[in-house]
Amino acid sequence: MATVTLPKGNPRTKLLLTLAVALALPVILFGAVLVLATLAKPEPVQVFVREVLGHDPATWPYTGLVFAVVAAALTFMILNFGAVVAAVTIWWEMRVSSRMQSRIGYNRVGAGGFFQWIADAVKLLLKEDLIPAEADRVLFRAAPYFVFAGFGLIFVALPFGESVIAADLNVGIYYITAVTALVVVGILLAGWSSNSKWALFGGMRSAAQVISYEIPAGLAVMVPILMAGTLSMQGIIRAQGAWPWQWFVFTNPAALIAFVIFFIAQLAESNRPPFDLPEAESELVAGYLAEYTAFRYAIFFLVEFGNVWIMSAIAVTLFFGGWQVPGVGAAAYEAARGTGALPAPAWWGLQVASMAVFFVKTFLVMNLVIWIRWTFPRIRVDQMMNLCWKYLVPGAFATFVATLLWQILVARVPVVSTVSGVVLTIAALLALFQMLRLAKRNVEAGGDQVDLSNW
Amino acid sequence: MEKLILRRVDRNNEEMVLNFGPQHPSTHGVINFIVETDGEVMKRAIPDVGYLHRSIEKIGEVTGYPGFMPFTDRIDYVAAMFANEGYAIAVEKLLKVEAPPRAQWLRAISGELVRIASHLVAVGTMTMDIGAFTPMVHGLREREEINDYIEALCGARLTYNYHRIGGVAFDLPEGWRDKVLAFLDRFDKFLPEFDRLITFNEIYKKRLANVATITREQAISYGLVGPNLRGSGVDWDLRRDMPYGAYPSFQFEVPVGKGWAGAVGDCFDRYYVRCLEMKESSRIVRQALETIGQTPEDIMAKVPRNVKPEAGEVLSRVESARGEMAYYVVSDGTNKAYRLRSRTGSFTAMSIIEDISGGLMVADLVALISSLDVVAPEIDR
Repeated sequence: MATVTLPKGNPRTKLLLTLAVALALPVILFGAVLVLATLAKPEPVQVFVREVLGHDPATWPYTGLVFAVVAAALTFMILNFGAVVAAVTIWWEMRVSSRMQSRIGYNRVGAGGFFQWIADAVKLLLKEDLIPAEADRVLFRAAPYFVFAGFGLIFVALPFGESVIAADLNVGIYYITAVTALVVVGILLAGWSSNSKWALFGGMRSAAQVISYEIPAGLAVMVPILMAGTLSMQGIIRAQGAWPWQWFVFTNPAALIAFVIFFIAQLAESNRPPFDLPEAESELVAGYLAEYTAFRYAIFFLVEFGNVWIMSAIAVTLFFGGWQVPGVGAAAYEAARGTGALPAPAWWGLQVASMAVFFVKTFLVMNLVIWIRWTFPRIRVDQMMNLCWKYLVPGAFATFVATLLWQILVARVPVVSTVSGVVLTIAALLALFQMLRLAKRNVEAGGDQVDLSNW
Repeated sequence: MEKLILRRVDRNNEEMVLNFGPQHPSTHGVINFIVETDGEVMKRAIPDVGYLHRSIEKIGEVTGYPGFMPFTDRIDYVAAMFANEGYAIAVEKLLKVEAPPRAQWLRAISGELVRIASHLVAVGTMTMDIGAFTPMVHGLREREEINDYIEALCGARLTYNYHRIGGVAFDLPEGWRDKVLAFLDRFDKFLPEFDRLITFNEIYKKRLANVATITREQAISYGLVGPNLRGSGVDWDLRRDMPYGAYPSFQFEVPVGKGWAGAVGDCFDRYYVRCLEMKESSRIVRQALETIGQTPEDIMAKVPRNVKPEAGEVLSRVESARGEMAYYVVSDGTNKAYRLRSRTGSFTAMSIIEDISGGLMVADLVALISSLDVVAPEIDR
């Protein structure tokens, strides 16, 4: 018998450490974002300058500087949030995919391989930073900046909770659609400047794909905008209720179709399978990423996985009621806030609840994206164009017009909105039930059993 | 070829010459395709073979007859059992001996298990080339189990060296038969699961239907063999039509391309023929395991230690996982072959690529290569 050598160190310590970090990370990140987002407003800063520093904020010359420091801290935390979310998404995706594929997956660094993303990041930072001899050096270096800017700027208008948003722009969703387009500039630059035929293929595919799918995505976004009557992200969420039958996706049959169109278009825009043509490994080796190494590569990688979170969060905002907590209306937040300079504890509790709701919904949508990645084959470039221009664009136009008519109907007969919400919610539950039944039947047909023991 | 490389690319029509390989994830080994493209659409793809040439045929002329057996493993490392078998049959014909029935049965059992393993790799990598990663891992999981059984049988997982001139090296290990039968029970359930997972996926069908269609006439005139030939609707299988070994004793169907998703002979037909063949192979193994008890225990015919056949020439043909595999051996009466030639399915499959690649997209070339199930060392030898 071969002797089994256990890994060095105490497995129990490893497990506890991993659990502690896994639980502390979201608390720290969400907590910091919550606190800083609340503080980075003119009023709390003015109160701080008056009460703590003892200056009159209106005349003291450094009030703006204090505000800038708080805002910079918020920016820093949000970028960290984006990076860590992307990294944990990678870990989660790898664990889910290994379950789907009968493999073990990450299990080396930390319990369940939870710290693998730290090891990967450190490894990528230490790799040689290579620029091909014939590459266009300036553009080659510039490309990751564009990609990361397009990624980071989205967080400005991304709502995390009832009051937790960096800046509730009145053109929020319009702004997000605009800055997302920066990513494609980066990818196109990467493809062109690498001076490699594979990278060029990838860049061209990406440009064609992202620009085409911006159109159905933009049109589908019009549906929740029309229903809410505002472009503001928080405004769109406030126009929806907390219960499923109050979500936009169910209160208007056209919005359900618009969601499907929007979801497909978002998959294509973030180059997720089945639309991963720009980096199709089996066709283009790595596409636009072919010549990138080290930190620059890490940036592309981070943005790709961070976008999974972002696209899920946007879908949740537009169609699934965002952070709305069941049973808590807009007045409850107002009442819990109190009159002090800093909000009362109950208000913080409500904020945490709203962030939790938002997180859970986003996480569920994110899982859907992951499942799709690991079950679908890739479509071909002409089929991708066909799907966009022949089906999604006309479909998005139809939902747009249907929503206009629906809104007129709702204005006359308000009850249709509730009826549609209830009927479609029941239909969705039945579809979910049917899916679970089919899954169970398929598992049994394969002589298998549902087994979650070796997570 | 030279002309193409040296020819100046006409910049006015935006044509690009792309080296698709030799290191490319989808060429499954070291093959190069010189692809002339106009954007995503190819004008043609010219296979450039020879990167894996190891002079195996020449080695066969210097090692002596029994010593060449391990080298045949390296002709096709995905399904080495058939290369063993073809060579063993060829030398047995030269020596005018015949392997005992039990050896024939063992050859059929090991061969059909390896055919399943090879087809699992073929359909698995095909799904991966189309962009779905999960089915490949499921296929490889089943293949690993087959590798375990083959390892228990002959001690090797990939390069078996199981056949001997006049028989096979080892008899069944104890308990092997029941384990393999239990595996086949599971495997028969796995195939429909695999179909549910990927075969009837709408995107997958759309990617393969009507892509790179090879007509019946083209398939015959280019000398395609095996599943590639049957995918084009030609009903030809050596195991049934020119039976050898134990195959006349077994009942099995020969699946033929029917245009399941589009035209007869498209990529989907070549893919699905392999899926159906795995089922038939499972049937053959089952029958062979049930009847092997009736054969006498002898697994080796009487073969002299110094194999020195009379002068003459023979051709042996076996149905490999990649189609008909033939060995042509010329003996001059010494203990080394005067000439040894192996004919493999992958090499002829390469020749058709240039003809049918015009007008396909780059992504279709990947589908075409994997649907032909070429294995690089089998092309070059």
